[in-house]
Amino acid sequence: MRGLLVLVIAAFGLAACGESSQVVVYKQGKYQGKPDRPPWENAPAAAELRGGKWTQGDRASWEEQIKSRQLAQHEHRRIYQ
Amino acid sequence: MARMKFLCDAERCIECNGCVTACKNENEVPWGVNRRRVVTINDGVVGAEKSISVACMHCSDAPCMAVCPVDCFYRTDDGVVLHDKDLCIGCGYCFYACPFGAPQFPQAGAFGLRGKMDKCTFCAGGPEADRSDAEFGKYGRNRLAEGKLPACAEMCSTKALLGGDGDVIADIYRERVLRRGKGSEVWGWGTAYGPGKPGAQPPAPPAGGKS
Repeated sequence: MRGLLVLVIAAFGLAACGESSQVVVYKQGKYQGKPDRPPWENAPAAAELRGGKWTQGDRASWEEQIKSRQLAQHEHRRIYQ
Repeated sequence: MARMKFLCDAERCIECNGCVTACKNENEVPWGVNRRRVVTINDGVVGAEKSISVACMHCSDAPCMAVCPVDCFYRTDDGVVLHDKDLCIGCGYCFYACPFGAPQFPQAGAFGLRGKMDKCTFCAGGPEADRSDAEFGKYGRNRLAEGKLPACAEMCSTKALLGGDGDVIADIYRERVLRRGKGSEVWGWGTAYGPGKPGAQPPAPPAGGKS
C-alpha cells in the first residue's frame, strides 16, 4: 500500500519535469474593420489647398506627385539649384 | 511600391517642437494625447545633447498589429499602419507592444478610464470616407489624399524630420551626410559598432545558414 502511495506521489511530482514545448504557434490576424480607400482614388484637392495634381485612379501619377513633395524636403536640390 | 517612413536627423533637430505643434494643429489632437514628441538625451550637456522626433514608425512588421486582440490594424498599400477606431476596445496591448510608445489613450472620464487608441496616421486618415468630417473627427486630416506629406515633416524648419518613401528619404539623408564632409562613419557600420582595430578582419558568418 505504502509502495503504491509513493509511486503515485512520485508520478505526480515528476509530472512537472516534463519537457513540453513552449513555442506558441502564432496565428496571423486578419483585419476585421472597414475597407479603406487608397489616396489615389480621390480627385486632387481644390487648388487653394495646394495639394498638387494627379489623375484620379492612377496610382503612378499620384506617386509622382508625392515624390515631388518628398524631393522638396531636399534643400540641396530645392535651394542651391 | 512606396513604403512610407519617417527619418529624423539627430544632427539637425533643434528641439523646437515645431513637428509636435504642426501635428496637434493639423489633426486637432486633444489635450493629453501626443501623437508625436521630441525626445532629448544628454539634456544640457554641452556637445552631447541630441534630440530626435518620435512618433509611430509605421513598422514593416508592426508588433501592434500582431498583439491586437480585435485585429483593428491594417497596413495600406503605401506601408502606412492605420487602425479602425470603431473596432478598437482600448485594451492597451498595442501600447505595451510598441517599442516607440506611439499608441496614445485619451483619458475619457473618471478613474483613468481609457478611450480608444489614437496614434500618428502619417496624415493618412483612416477607414472612413477620405477627406470627410467623419474621418477628420476620428483620425485627423488625410493629407496623403490631398497629395501632400505629413504636416510634421513638411513643417520642420531645419528639415531634420523627413517623411515619405523610405528609399527617397534615405537618398536625401545620404546625400546630406556626404555633403557634410563625412561618409559612412556617421551613418553606417562605424556608428553602430565602432571603428574596430586596425587590420582586423570581419567575423566569419556562422556555420549552418543565416542567423
